[in-house]
Amino acid sequence: MKGQLTSQENVRRIYLQIIKQKIERYNFNSMSTQTITPDVSGYYGEYGGMFIPEILRTTFDELVAVFTEAKADPEFWQSYVDVMQSYSCRPTPVTLLENFANSLGGKFQIFCKREDLNHTGAHKANNVMGQGLLVKRMGKKRIIAETGAGQHGVATATMAAKMGLECTVYMGSVDVERQRPNVFWMEQLGAKVIPVTEGTATLKDAINAAMRDWAESLETTHYVLGTTCGPHPFPEMVAWFQSIIGQESREQMLKLSDKLPDRIYACVGGGSNASGIFLPFLEDESVELVGVEAGGHGLDTGAHAARFSGGSVGIAQGYKTYFFQDDEGQMLHTHSIAAGLDYIGVSPILSHLHDQKRIRFTAATDEAVISATKLLIRTEGIIPALESSHAFASVVEEAPDIPDGTQVLINLSGRGDKDIFNIAEAIGDEKWQEFLQTRALKH
Amino acid sequence: MNLTEYLTKRLKKRKILLMTHVVVGYPSLEANWKMLEAMGGADVDLVELQMPFSEPSADGPLFVKANQEALRKGIRWQDYFDLMKRASEQFDFPVLMMGYCNTAFSMGFEAFCANIRRHCGEGFIIPDLPLEEFGELFKLSRDQDLDPIMLCTPTNSEERLQKICSHGSGFIYCVARKGVTGQNTQLDLAVENFLRQCRQYTDLPLALGFGLSQREDLCQLHGKAGIAIVGSALLKTWEAEGESGYRKHLISLAAARE
Repeated sequence: MKGQLTSQENVRRIYLQIIKQKIERYNFNSMSTQTITPDVSGYYGEYGGMFIPEILRTTFDELVAVFTEAKADPEFWQSYVDVMQSYSCRPTPVTLLENFANSLGGKFQIFCKREDLNHTGAHKANNVMGQGLLVKRMGKKRIIAETGAGQHGVATATMAAKMGLECTVYMGSVDVERQRPNVFWMEQLGAKVIPVTEGTATLKDAINAAMRDWAESLETTHYVLGTTCGPHPFPEMVAWFQSIIGQESREQMLKLSDKLPDRIYACVGGGSNASGIFLPFLEDESVELVGVEAGGHGLDTGAHAARFSGGSVGIAQGYKTYFFQDDEGQMLHTHSIAAGLDYIGVSPILSHLHDQKRIRFTAATDEAVISATKLLIRTEGIIPALESSHAFASVVEEAPDIPDGTQVLINLSGRGDKDIFNIAEAIGDEKWQEFLQTRALKH
Repeated sequence: MNLTEYLTKRLKKRKILLMTHVVVGYPSLEANWKMLEAMGGADVDLVELQMPFSEPSADGPLFVKANQEALRKGIRWQDYFDLMKRASEQFDFPVLMMGYCNTAFSMGFEAFCANIRRHCGEGFIIPDLPLEEFGELFKLSRDQDLDPIMLCTPTNSEERLQKICSHGSGFIYCVARKGVTGQNTQLDLAVENFLRQCRQYTDLPLALGFGLSQREDLCQLHGKAGIAIVGSALLKTWEAEGESGYRKHLISLAAARE
């Protein structure tokens, strides 16, 4: 018995040594302080802030204090890297997509960062595990979350199961319909999923509902916001956790090709995967950063979610940023084939970098996204989430103008298995329809 | 006579004052007018008119529905201000703007204050605008003789309460409990203590809101708060019992002031 313990301790010691070597590769403490640290009021340039009801003030002050303390604590980051490696397959690889690049006829290289290989299938794990560790630090027992596509909900429910927390997920009833498989998994993981029927019954309404829950439950509960939006300190906090993507990518690209990529593409909904991969490259001026928003049916149709094309600056859901709104500040309906991009606002960090022209923003239509999805599946055997496919669609579109020898890095933020119903429907696969009918008849 | 003086004067005759609420455009502008007439008839002391917003994050289910329905019916800023002006001219009670900060921001703070003044409103309540974000709004509202109403909550620290109260104007809106509008509040010792705490930091009348619905709730507040705010409960009555039930409810509430 004693021998067993000793050998277990030994294994643990060796493991910790490995972790320690690995943690030195990450550079959380030198995360560029000028570029993503907001001012004391939580602003990035003109954007961000804390537009919160007074009832939540103390809770937010506590959260700011806990995060500030954790940020400066190497042990906290060590525990973060530890859990990401042992539980979520980090570091995720960078894959060279030769076939995909060849099919575009370009003499350039395309790499992709494999966030799809994270536990639960998307970059969302990076954020929820980090916030989970913060919850432990705060000693709270219950968490709540909003979810759009359901990825953040599943990731949060997974974290709650792993960390022994009670979990409630708010999800627009339209999204519940669109993403039933994710609802199934959240419930299996022990989370309570509450469909939100108000408003457009999508992500923004789920955020409102979660905020209302929090206004009543703040003493025992932490709100695990899923993206780099909302009141300070959420954008900063989520960006720190997600920056693990860019930190790894930077080192991996240097190792693979001895130089930094020339361009990085990432899809932009709330902005967490984009912030995650972009921020560690901010000061590398040679690296062009391209954010791809949801072009829906096309920018001229009004049925899209491209805030930087069709939006204007406003204040809602606790922060100031570009919103998809009318001339009297009422939020408009957004549309995207990808539920995760179907959102009215965008990260204040990205709005700031947009104004500074550090990030170029473009949009990809639903149609272009479906075709890029098919191409990636066929040429590389990788099934991307429809959200992530937006980044690929823009590369496809811009391919004719990409100079020879360019190195392109795309953030593959999540895998597409969850989208099987939507992709099959968009492609118009008849055998899939027959399958659904047969299954339906059985019930 | 400014708002504080008006309230103080009324408080000499009444044990508590009554502030009521209308979501403009819900169920309709015509229904709003009937509600306001009922309020005029019951000699309500103060009325807040809510500007509908698509993301009313501090409101509970009933007001959320009301906001959405009003917008679905196409209520715009001008409809709102027209009603504000008509109500102010027709009735004795002062009218306050209540709404969310994106409305003020989209209009521009200066135009926002000018519009309220031009349509005879006396102040505004914006639950998602903390004092740190007021910026020019304090000065602009002074210029237009408007009272920005500050909100205090039981979760605020002593230091925070003091800071909020130091910016107070007109009266202080005390949120009786955690959560959103439209749920019951147990008027217990904690609420009393909270009101006493607020009283330490301000001489302005204290208004208590969130969850008050019946005459008994108001009677319990005699000597503890200056103004009772009844919002969702009245709208609930309108939905369940129509205009006559609404009038009865208002009269019963109004009687609790004596």
